[in-house]
Amino acid sequence: MREITFREAVVEALDMALERDPRVFLLGEDIGYYGGLFQATQGLMKKYGEDRVMDSPISESAIIGAGIGSAIVGMRPIVEIMNIDFMPVCMDQLVNQAAKMRYMFGGQLKIPLVVRTTCGAGRGAAAHHAQATHAVFMHFPGLKIVTPATPHDVKGLLFTAIEDENPVLFIEDKMMYNMKGEVPEGYYTVPFGQAAIRREGKDITIVATMRMVHKALNVATELEKEGIEIEVIDPRTLCPLDKETIINSFKKTGKMVIVDEGNRVLNFGSEVASIIAEEAVEYIQAPILKVTAPHVPVPYSPVLEKEVYIPNEEKIKKAVYRVLEYA
Amino acid sequence: MNQKTKVINKRRKRMKLSKEMMLEMLKKMLEIRYFEEKVVDQYARGAVPGLAHLYIGEEAVAVGACMNLTKDDYITSTHRGHGHCIAKGGELKPMMAELFGKRTGYCKGKGGSMHIAAFDKGILGAMGIVGSGAPIAVGAALGVKKQKLDRVVLCFFGDGASNQGTTHEAMNFASLHKLPVVFICENNFYGISVAQHRHQAIKDIAVRAAGYNMPGVIVDGMDVLAVYEAVKEAVKRAKAGEGPTLIECKTYRFRGHHEGDPNLGLRYRTKEEMEQWKERCPIKCFKEKLIKEKIAQKKEIDEIEEDVKKRVEEAFEFAMASPFPSPEEIYDDLFA
Repeated sequence: MREITFREAVVEALDMALERDPRVFLLGEDIGYYGGLFQATQGLMKKYGEDRVMDSPISESAIIGAGIGSAIVGMRPIVEIMNIDFMPVCMDQLVNQAAKMRYMFGGQLKIPLVVRTTCGAGRGAAAHHAQATHAVFMHFPGLKIVTPATPHDVKGLLFTAIEDENPVLFIEDKMMYNMKGEVPEGYYTVPFGQAAIRREGKDITIVATMRMVHKALNVATELEKEGIEIEVIDPRTLCPLDKETIINSFKKTGKMVIVDEGNRVLNFGSEVASIIAEEAVEYIQAPILKVTAPHVPVPYSPVLEKEVYIPNEEKIKKAVYRVLEYA
Repeated sequence: MNQKTKVINKRRKRMKLSKEMMLEMLKKMLEIRYFEEKVVDQYARGAVPGLAHLYIGEEAVAVGACMNLTKDDYITSTHRGHGHCIAKGGELKPMMAELFGKRTGYCKGKGGSMHIAAFDKGILGAMGIVGSGAPIAVGAALGVKKQKLDRVVLCFFGDGASNQGTTHEAMNFASLHKLPVVFICENNFYGISVAQHRHQAIKDIAVRAAGYNMPGVIVDGMDVLAVYEAVKEAVKRAKAGEGPTLIECKTYRFRGHHEGDPNLGLRYRTKEEMEQWKERCPIKCFKEKLIKEKIAQKKEIDEIEEDVKKRVEEAFEFAMASPFPSPEEIYDDLFA
């Protein structure tokens, strides 16, 4: 199968969505002539015109509000918030309005809205353009949260998001845009709530999100030589979360490390560990460890950002060895 | 050239309206008034299970504005939303049931007083966060424009919300794209307890329209006909694709910020001020006008009033007789 980049997969999905459904339109900062900060909307304004690929003022609340309002009267908007760090600017529109409206109005409406955004450190962008705060949004009932980890999945999950009748927060790890992978040319969907078992193993389960999936896989390949068999699970969507696949894997291995680039407190891994504690306590053979960013804002200096802040293979390995001490 | 702010003068010659239409306006204002007086009564008895922010005194704004709308047009509303909903065609029974947390309420008892929506009536919902409605109203207008529908969105908000950044983002976006939305600012002179001169440096909120190159209009919000006329022009403009208008209606709430605000707000406003505004009660003044100008007889007006009282009582009885949601309904309607 042909290989394209994660970025090209996003552009292709958006292109096909615009082509397939006249109700779909894009709205966001610099997505038009500029093609998106990460070039993930490249060429789309030229192809579909300014009405369907709309450059927006730098007004994050208006962007989300425009998405909500147009969605409830019949459109299928895909709006973009350039970096997940900007989400607090429009937090009310996202978590108080988009997430709650259907419930608080007794199910009278549907909000088929996709909010695309990016996350991830590694570009020297420091504290305001590099966080990975995806776990925060799990706290708000009413939002679906998608965290693709491969070019194949980003395309298929994006179609599922666009066809969903609920607000979907679609998070693209900006450090993966240049990653290549096999992507079918046509239309296909990847369902929400179905984790991918990226590698099977019987000794320990690693649950990892987005780019961390690949770091976990690197570790699994390396430790295979030492006879350690690691199972790597990519949840693909945080809400709905495929608890079953995670729990079943844990029942098999009895040991778990969670790798997630979010800050340490109330990290995605905290929720996974809590699920295991509540639903599979009798299988626990060792401490459940989290490999996360330290609990500080993203620092600028490359030494601090790349070597200390971002979880890496070394840290994952250390966690795996520590857990295996309990074998 | 930038748009100018204008004041609709009370003495200006008015368009001729039919008697039916004026009596309909009176009926709607009375529905709001008696609906809410029932809430006052029930609140005082401790029977209303949650918060209630009442619209009494401001009825002319919602009714004058919504009389310009068809069933297919939209509104967005606020925490002080009962008046908007009734004016846009919201029915008294499911509204009252919602206030009492009943399953037969518009939102199945999930929303309460601050979150009433009726999508089949074009009521896109009352938002409890001050300033959160404008971006959504503008989004709805964007959807209307994209689908080439002959519809308009009225966005109600208060002087408090006029200071929120969201309102300004929304106005800029709407004017930029010439969207079919009318921003209706109900300036009741208090952002909760803080008087207007203590929360903003301007006297007329309508002047802010100039910053977005849209017309700003100042209108007497106690005069239902003046509001009707101002909004009529704005709706026409919006539907013609000429963009939004900001209409500031100067009005006053006769009750406190919410039921339970001590002494109806005497901590932050004077009795004299309250009495002066009550003299200008939109319902009282409109009734007097109808009689004085021989548009309607007192008997006709009394009949309308009796009918409204009866229907409010029926709505209350409906709410009382309705069941509460069952506990397992707590998970319903989170996702479609």
